[in-house]
Amino acid sequence: MFRNVAELVELAESQGKKISEVMIEAEMEVSQRSRDAIMQDMYANLDVMEKAVRRGLTEDIRSHSGLTGGDAKKLQTYMETKTFLSGPTLLNAVSMSVAVNEVNAAMGTIVATPTAGACGIVPGTLFAVSDKLQPTREEMVNYLFTAGAIGYCIANNAFISGAAGGCQAEVGSATAMAAAAIVEMAGGTPEESAQAVAIALKNMLGLVCDPVAGLVEVPCVKRNAMGAAIATVAADMAMAGIKSVIPTDEVIDAMYRIGCAMPTTLKETAQGGLAATQTGRMIEAKVFGVRMEK
Amino acid sequence: MRVNLVEPLVIQEENRLKYKSVFDIIGPIMVGPSSSHTAGAARIGRVARKLLGRMPLRAEIVFYGSFAKTYQGHGSDVATVAGILDFDTSDLRLKNSLVIAEKAGMEVELSTSDVLTEHPNTARIKLSDDEHQIEIVGVSIGGGKIEVLEVNGFSFQLGFDTPTLLVLHEDRFGMIAAVAKVLTQHNINVGLMEVSRHTRGSRALMAIETDSTISPEVLEEIRQIPHIFDVSLLALN
Repeated sequence: MFRNVAELVELAESQGKKISEVMIEAEMEVSQRSRDAIMQDMYANLDVMEKAVRRGLTEDIRSHSGLTGGDAKKLQTYMETKTFLSGPTLLNAVSMSVAVNEVNAAMGTIVATPTAGACGIVPGTLFAVSDKLQPTREEMVNYLFTAGAIGYCIANNAFISGAAGGCQAEVGSATAMAAAAIVEMAGGTPEESAQAVAIALKNMLGLVCDPVAGLVEVPCVKRNAMGAAIATVAADMAMAGIKSVIPTDEVIDAMYRIGCAMPTTLKETAQGGLAATQTGRMIEAKVFGVRMEK
Repeated sequence: MRVNLVEPLVIQEENRLKYKSVFDIIGPIMVGPSSSHTAGAARIGRVARKLLGRMPLRAEIVFYGSFAKTYQGHGSDVATVAGILDFDTSDLRLKNSLVIAEKAGMEVELSTSDVLTEHPNTARIKLSDDEHQIEIVGVSIGGGKIEVLEVNGFSFQLGFDTPTLLVLHEDRFGMIAAVAKVLTQHNINVGLMEVSRHTRGSRALMAIETDSTISPEVLEEIRQIPHIFDVSLLALN
């Protein structure tokens, strides 16, 4: 079993395998389950993701608080009717990522990747990039194993929850996971996947978890949007041969140290950041009738 | 006290890694909005329910840290009660758990505490009916994964990823060997074992994570060992 990204890349490159294959074989070893059983479970995850993307793009999703919903559709309409600036794959990734996170905020069914707060980025980029690359269903499942392998390294060497490490640990991790998976699906090497992880995560360092009224809505949905954008661009940069000066595992370690140094008010307690703005407090009062925290 | 029965080096290494499976990262399939505050809370509630082994009449829930500050927004209260009702994280009935609990005659008392805990998402759950009572402290460590740090006052660090055997016994020599002997006879491999006690010579609780599930017959065989008070098997999935 690999313990960090360097070991993962070494395992993959020395055996001429993809990261997804290394992850599947490691899972078979740890769980003592057959390849078939493991693949079936991941196909089930893929199906749930696909339904969530479709729901968010076609249904009128609105959260209980009324704060989020409908933005994924807005972006789709914009793409159909206006001349847009960023490319269709990028905007699709953003829109689909928002779609899944809006479904999550409305207490719909999603797959945590790695968490529910960041559940839009991996499926959003997956289905957008798949529209462009037309992969097989199995390659789409492999995308999830590659993303999972990177998440596994981050979770065991740092953290993946906003309460423990801030938004950099949630949306940051999801963005890094997606970046690596995009590279593999687009035909990049394991080393390029690792570079994409470093480039993506570096741009998420220091991001705090400051949900307004403690709801997984504001700013979570839009951070999922930008996570999808960063993941896609980081993948392109890595495949262009751009390298991170700071090695991937050191970036993950930096994320861990930054998270430890982050004050509790900025780690999913709704006490600081956007949650503590005038508007944030007003929304909080409206949602709960009273202020939860001064 | 922490006892590793087989290949201690390998187990220590694996145990150091909190997340063991790719499905800890890509998963669980769950009702939103938060993996730690909704799915994790539901799983802690479910461990408590499995430990009691039946529908409780009363549930006392205390939230600490981030759980205490944001449980309303994340539905952590609703999720914890859903877990106590034995619902899975993806069960759509999760949203209506409070109503379902009330209809089932379960009394729910929820409070928050300012007491500082080591982990930001900590919950203490006490379940009881007229005959039995259990109490656990669980933490939600992210992505829906949980750890149980206390079972009926005994300290532990259990993830409940695999079937976990709990054995309440007298704190005396030979107990671990006696239980291990039964497991060996039935070819059940032990992944991790922990023993916790209040004071020397009092009662102790043994927790054993196994690779395969344990049949009711084997559980009964363990129950028949002298100086053992109670045996239960907990499996979340």
